[in-house]
Amino acid sequence: MTSLPAERGAKRLGLVIDLDTCVGCHACATNCKEWNTGGHSAPLTDVNAYQAEQRGVWFNRVHTFEAGQGADGRTVHFPKNCLHCEFPDCVTVCPTGASYKRAEDGIVLVDHDKCIGCKLCSWACAYGAREFDEDEGVMKKCTLCIDKIYNTRLPEADRVPACVATCPSRARHFGDLGDPHSAVSKLVAERGGFDLLPELGYQPTTKYLPPRPAARPLDNVGQRPRPANEDPAPAGFLRWMDRMLSR
Amino acid sequence: MHPAYSVIVFTTASGAGYGLLALLGLFAAAGALPADTGLGIVALGLALGLIAGGLLSSLGHLGRPERAWRAMSQWRSSWLAREGVLALLTFAPAGLFAIGWVFLNDTGGVFAGLGVASAVLAGITVWCTSMIYASLKPIRQWHNVFVTPAYLVLGLMTGALLLVLLSRLFGVWQPAFGWLAVASVLAGWAVKAAYWHHIDTARPRSDLGTATGLGRLGPVSLLEMPHTEENFLMKEMGYRVARTHAAKLRRIAHLALFALPLLLSLLALITPPLLSGIAALLAVASAGAGVLTERWLFFAEARHTCMLYYGRAA
Repeated sequence: MTSLPAERGAKRLGLVIDLDTCVGCHACATNCKEWNTGGHSAPLTDVNAYQAEQRGVWFNRVHTFEAGQGADGRTVHFPKNCLHCEFPDCVTVCPTGASYKRAEDGIVLVDHDKCIGCKLCSWACAYGAREFDEDEGVMKKCTLCIDKIYNTRLPEADRVPACVATCPSRARHFGDLGDPHSAVSKLVAERGGFDLLPELGYQPTTKYLPPRPAARPLDNVGQRPRPANEDPAPAGFLRWMDRMLSR
Repeated sequence: MHPAYSVIVFTTASGAGYGLLALLGLFAAAGALPADTGLGIVALGLALGLIAGGLLSSLGHLGRPERAWRAMSQWRSSWLAREGVLALLTFAPAGLFAIGWVFLNDTGGVFAGLGVASAVLAGITVWCTSMIYASLKPIRQWHNVFVTPAYLVLGLMTGALLLVLLSRLFGVWQPAFGWLAVASVLAGWAVKAAYWHHIDTARPRSDLGTATGLGRLGPVSLLEMPHTEENFLMKEMGYRVARTHAAKLRRIAHLALFALPLLLSLLALITPPLLSGIAALLAVASAGAGVLTERWLFFAEARHTCMLYYGRAA
């Protein structure tokens, strides 16, 4: 049924992505591909994998943007995947019932046996989260690793999405954003987490955390007035330590 | 958006077919068309053929066409499913209406009712087709108030031009058909001119700042793509080939879809039957080329919000 569930539980599973700490290593995208090419959506087909014009299905893609100008300008690595929206148009436009939003945890999924590959859901998603598998002729998308997070055969610590498990800079967090007391909800409240494209009204579950303000005084550390009894400004490693401890 | 031939043929052919079906149903019910077997076979055959051909063509767009029957099920939420259901429903009164016309030479009484019902369902089907596009928020060139009137009036217009031609062919022409063609071309021209003016002047709702939430830091620009090759999104949503020729193609659409059919339809009103028939034929040919160009542009000029993440304008 592609109508959105009339009665929904309180649980809203999603991610919190920290744009401050993401280093743009693409490990999330790689581990996502690795897990999901053998899971619920298997296979994530590649075409021309080892030659020119290679293309294929990926649920995570890491863009890099420049934001701000001058001293405030910064490079922001920006991982993007399905945001599991509260009002996902990709679900309601589906003519076959292949797309659905789970009432129990808000995850948006595709039943690949029902999908006719009309691509309308990809047109309805402003975030570009859905990708057409041209080999299988059906639409695929991020499942929030539904076959991992509920997998009781895995140790409990491993029951998080592949992208979260692999992130070396802890820029990705997984949890219940429907529960205001969950760790992810507190993180969002603390750091001023925001929605992407809020003006379109999809109300994504997954939130992004803004980059922290740049450490401005850093530039002046070398020039700070030094007390007369202090050693001359250090060089090399000690200079770096001096700057770090002076922040 | 990528202009898929299958979808262009589907929307233009079925639009013309539904337009012609509606006009045949209404005019026959009003007694303005004779229930002649030859006319019924050709005219209704053409209308239903265009509709069925268009629907079959749309299957070419599917990754799994053998599952197309599933597309009827979600009419509660999906405009595409509603369109499919209405398209099938329309065949019921239209088929019975055709039987009355062709085999019983009767378009009165209950068959008149079936003709009117066919016309109403044809209109609703085209409305559903237009809503598939008009309901998509990420594409501002589709998500506006001009799209539905454009689909309806272009369907009516191409149907009216076909009706003028057929009625000349079978010698059952009436001035009302000619005037309807002229009026619908004028209406179509007005709607599309307003549509193009709107998409040229309306401000996009979203930019890279709102797409990334980084607008708070100042101007945002793309530094690096996620990958070096084109992915599905960039092929499907980021189609740019026709856009570079958009201005020229618009002029072609103005000329072939509106200016020439208008002149030829006026000519067809005032000339003797043979010349009038030729003018009507040329009007149909010109409008056919024009509506294909217009529909190509409808896709090629549409920009998807997700392309913001790839550094392109919305």
